Amino acid sequence: MKTALKITNIQKRYGDVAALDQVDIEIFDGEFFSLLGPSGSGKTTCLKVIAGFEVPDSGTIHLFDEDVSSIPPFKRDVNTVFQDYALFPHMNVRENVGYSLKIKKVPKSDQERLIEEILQKVKLEGYDSRKPSELSGGQRQRVALARSLINKPKVLLLDEPLGALDLKLREQMQFELKSLQRQFEITFVYVTHDQQEAMSMSDRIAIFNEGRIEQIDTPINIYNKPKSAFVADFIGTTSIISKNDALSYFNYPSSFSIRPEFVMINQSENLDFNLSAKISDIQFQGSLYKLLLEKDSILINAYYYPNSSNSINLEIGESINLSWDKINITDLNE
Amino acid sequence: MSSFLDNCSSYLFRNKHILFLIFLLPPLLWLGIIYLGSLLVFLFHSLFYLDGFTGKIVYKISLSTITELFTSAANIDILIRTVVLAACVSIGAALIGFPIAYYMAKFTSPKMKIFFYLAIMLPLWSSYLVRVYSWKLILAKEGIINWFFTKLHLNWLLDLVLSIPVIGGPSLSISYIGMFLVFTYIWLPFMILPIQASLERVPNSLINASYDLGASKRQTFYKVILPLALPGIAAGSIFTFSLTLGDYIIPYIIGTSKFFIGQAVYTHQGTAGNIPLAAAFSLVPIAVMTAYIYFAKKLGAFNAL
Repeated sequence: MKTALKITNIQKRYGDVAALDQVDIEIFDGEFFSLLGPSGSGKTTCLKVIAGFEVPDSGTIHLFDEDVSSIPPFKRDVNTVFQDYALFPHMNVRENVGYSLKIKKVPKSDQERLIEEILQKVKLEGYDSRKPSELSGGQRQRVALARSLINKPKVLLLDEPLGALDLKLREQMQFELKSLQRQFEITFVYVTHDQQEAMSMSDRIAIFNEGRIEQIDTPINIYNKPKSAFVADFIGTTSIISKNDALSYFNYPSSFSIRPEFVMINQSENLDFNLSAKISDIQFQGSLYKLLLEKDSILINAYYYPNSSNSINLEIGESINLSWDKINITDLNE
Repeated sequence: MSSFLDNCSSYLFRNKHILFLIFLLPPLLWLGIIYLGSLLVFLFHSLFYLDGFTGKIVYKISLSTITELFTSAANIDILIRTVVLAACVSIGAALIGFPIAYYMAKFTSPKMKIFFYLAIMLPLWSSYLVRVYSWKLILAKEGIINWFFTKLHLNWLLDLVLSIPVIGGPSLSISYIGMFLVFTYIWLPFMILPIQASLERVPNSLINASYDLGASKRQTFYKVILPLALPGIAAGSIFTFSLTLGDYIIPYIIGTSKFFIGQAVYTHQGTAGNIPLAAAFSLVPIAVMTAYIYFAKKLGAFNAL
């Protein structure tokens, strides 16, 4: 696989705060790669460094084996879809989408053809003379995409592009983004704080925390084999058992995490780990109940499906037996 | 008693238009009668004329005063002189004001911004007359500018500039150059603040997007920043242009004996008692500003609003 983007040992400080601390990422050609983390974790700074809007204190950025570290953003072969779309308010859709062609002085007839083509691909035919203020959020999103894709960049950077859309539209745009990526066969670097979005769309994910990368892996591995307590806790729901508790309650030598879907409720057969705990919170979720269970300092998340054969008394304070298998736990080194 | 007040407040809450009327009527009357009413009455006087023999105003509708304004060569001179100077002052203020406004809007820390606001507004807190007279001293032949040029042995340069026909003169304090400098200084805050406000509303992501799409700094300036700042420049120039058109103190203190619209209005309505001609002169800035705003709008100056 060809390397599209390689950033090496990037360091960026704002005053006393390290926004990026020794960040290394290698992204392959055609990959859908997400930068995922809570707000302030450095993922957007990382994107800005790749785009060239921020200059790192040290480290290098290679784009298809070319060192672009000192190349200004307007000469880098990457394009960005901004969080607020950044459409030019004084230009209509056609002028916005054709902006880069005009700058590059592409012949007029070619400009027309390319704009028609791209507007068709993002399903915006007939909107070309509208101003951004006359478009809905989803349409603005498409204009921003078309404006970036018309350049056929080698790498497209997307900064929380779906953050401002409502849930239904967001889910629809997730599919469209994936299909656009397949059509154009370009590398997507996607910044998001929404783990569901990152999990469902990405080939690989880099998890950011306080300016550092905690783990880079496929969504499946990130979910099933988190390398740190932070990742285990950040991705999905899990219960983390400290080393002390693991020793005293389960005679297990290290700290570990267990996903709620692997926690059995009132199971008759004996599994590797067993614990009797009290229900301390119940949340109705439609098809299932989310339970929070408590035993001294241990907190366990579990799911309860009401149609299961072993019905329990759903009341706060009720004591139930929990059990899980050793193969389903993840060891954490704390 | 209190239940009566309660009823009143519930009534007004339900009938918002009556509440609006109560609050808005006094200021609307003020605006309508004191502002526009008196202005219209005054302008209406331009349709009367002065009896050449008795020197009294004849209250009959006639276009003779307005015709007089536009046929007398002396009057036309005054109009052209004033409009050209006002245009030069607006352009000068925009050229000086834009970089300051841009720096304020995009590169200053919040504390520094307050300093800039103060620095720009501070001159407005002192007397307008004191500032104009100070400029008279600064620009005079015995003033600091002349002294400075003499010390640098650059007198010839100053003399060369002052020898330029029309805009030159015996000294800076008696020339169009001097008037231009003083007008530009006096009205600069009215140019900087609207431009700064318009640039403040341009998100940095738009500028980054322009770079991202391949535009250089220069292209970004002409294609994104300037068009978006245009409403601010237009608003600022409306201030500088109209304020220069109407001012009579600066032409009176700085400058030659040649009249400007403001001075013409002042003398005609004062000593000469020719209120109709004074009114006709005042029509001109209003007409010029209306035309200016119309063309600015046509050229798209307010498209980015």
